[in-house]
Amino acid sequence: MTIAPKALLLLAALTLAACQNPDRYGAGGAGAGGAGGAGGYIDSTGLGDPSDPRSIAYFNQTVGDRVLFAVDQSTLTAEARSVLAGQAGWLNQNPGYTVLIEGHADEQGTRDYNLSLGARRAAAVQQFLVSQGVAGNRMKTISYGKERPIEVCSEEACYAKNRRAVSVLAVGAGV
Amino acid sequence: MTAFPRTELGKGPRIGPFSPDPLPLTGLMTKKKRSLRHMKPYFRFLTIVAALGLALVMGAPLRAQDGSPPRIVIDSGVIEPMPIAVPTFVDEGGAGDYARELSRVVASDLVGTGFFREIPEEAHISRVTSFDGGVAFEDWKAVNSQVLITGAVSAAGDRITVKFRAYDVLNGRAIEGAALQFAGTTAGWRRMAHKVADVVYAKITGEGGYFDSRVVFVAESGPKNARLKRLAVMDYDGANVQYLTDSSTIVLAPRFSPTGDRILYTSYETGFPRITLMDVGSLDRRTLEEQPGTMTFAPRFSPDGGTVVFSLERGGNSDIYALNIRSGQLSQLTNTPSIETAPSFSPDGSQIVFESDRSGAPQVYVMPASGGEGQRISGGEGRYGTPVWSPRGDLIAFTKQNAGRFHIGVMRTDGSEERLLTASFLDEGPTWAPNGRVIMFTRETSGGGGQSSLWSVDITGRNLKQIPTEGPASDPAWSPLLP
Repeated sequence: MTIAPKALLLLAALTLAACQNPDRYGAGGAGAGGAGGAGGYIDSTGLGDPSDPRSIAYFNQTVGDRVLFAVDQSTLTAEARSVLAGQAGWLNQNPGYTVLIEGHADEQGTRDYNLSLGARRAAAVQQFLVSQGVAGNRMKTISYGKERPIEVCSEEACYAKNRRAVSVLAVGAGV
Repeated sequence: MTAFPRTELGKGPRIGPFSPDPLPLTGLMTKKKRSLRHMKPYFRFLTIVAALGLALVMGAPLRAQDGSPPRIVIDSGVIEPMPIAVPTFVDEGGAGDYARELSRVVASDLVGTGFFREIPEEAHISRVTSFDGGVAFEDWKAVNSQVLITGAVSAAGDRITVKFRAYDVLNGRAIEGAALQFAGTTAGWRRMAHKVADVVYAKITGEGGYFDSRVVFVAESGPKNARLKRLAVMDYDGANVQYLTDSSTIVLAPRFSPTGDRILYTSYETGFPRITLMDVGSLDRRTLEEQPGTMTFAPRFSPDGGTVVFSLERGGNSDIYALNIRSGQLSQLTNTPSIETAPSFSPDGSQIVFESDRSGAPQVYVMPASGGEGQRISGGEGRYGTPVWSPRGDLIAFTKQNAGRFHIGVMRTDGSEERLLTASFLDEGPTWAPNGRVIMFTRETSGGGGQSSLWSVDITGRNLKQIPTEGPASDPAWSPLLP
């Protein structure tokens, strides 16, 4: 009966892989260090075993790769700060990774405003991580505004999950 | 009584001489706009017919029997659409389907404004067989038509010539200045129809036309959480779609240059949002601002086309900047810790209206084009964004979010006389027709299957309608009137 857990792990890894590629929102996406130009190479990063505390899978699942925000807010909640302290600790122990912080907004707002709001959220995360000792040159931020919701319903249950900042890891030493 | 030869009354409907086969229209990927040589004044209007007494025929409930020309005042409230007749244009050689199609586009343009209704061809009791022959005004009065548009088309090779004349039926005379000839390529035949309609619209409303214009927009496909977006342009009525980019990267909010030959938009092509400039003819494009660690978005041209205003975000803070396209000189126009975005020039280039949340929620402000604090002009309840200055200079259109609904609205440039034109789950991003009388915007429906579409509405709130597009579409931006 060990097959099922393995299959689940594999599935989890595959699912995460879909979320892991920094290029996931378009062929022109930059690589981990922002080096990839349009049509450039695509980084492939092993997710590793989620039971290995040094793996990306562990960061994503156990440390937590994302924090959520209240409507219109970019202030970090106590819960968010706790998650980010964990991220900072992990990043400080695993210096071989860079992080792209994606800021997102829910659909209640204009495109321009939500781009700005997503940028604020990503910056709030970056600033917190810097305050926890993570080198600024290991991090980049990007805002997707309301362009990439993960939940599609038009209710608060979905909006709450879309108002997020996600820390996307990639192998690299920073720039 | 009339001095002109005329068709017998009661001839009944007739079938047009043209096949119903679809025309070979402009190719989807036409590289360049076709230029038209046009506007050669061609016809003097006909001498006035002794027609004042004829208006009594059939007891038609029409106005303007005192000799005044047909007139629509757009700002007035509820308007009874003016009845018009647009019989199939006369084929003066080689016109084929173009004669009928041209007259249909003319009628569609005018009826689409909501200010006109068409007397269908089946109801006509008179037929126009010769462009220069006389007009049987009584026949057109009898079917209650107040305006008659006749036209003639000839074509040879890829050249096409269109002439038209509009008549004031009640007064039995041609409408002054509404008789012109256009010549161009067959590929541009719809533009010629739009130009005919623009002249008639302008003569009757006293406003500039807007039919011969294009709209750049974002064509969408795919599910809501993985939407694919690509730039496209179309005629203002949704026809003649051409795609300008593929959907390999997110593209947002395109804007036309004041001459319609270039487009600004926001692209994620470099991996990060960057304002990008595209030449519409060659499709060549370049990123305008690439400072590492920043994001640029919400670009818009200055009225002279030489400057781009946009938002630049650094460290989470968005401010408004101006970039001289030729020199590359960058200047910062706002400097606050709040969000400043969505800048739009006044048509004289002296001021910029923009959106800021410095008060705690997004509101609309106006500042000098050189930058500065700005003065808040929006004052009602709710949140205000995406302000756009009317090309006439008199109004500012905006998106308003209040009590869980979105609205497109207009207000005077000092913020007074706010008027909401629409309401829905999500309306946003107004763009002005070249004449400043019509607004197009994005409407998105709610839920997991929610999709975007393009809509237009008059500044009076009348004539709300969806623009037909091949698939979901967003972020429309109107071109100037084409030359």
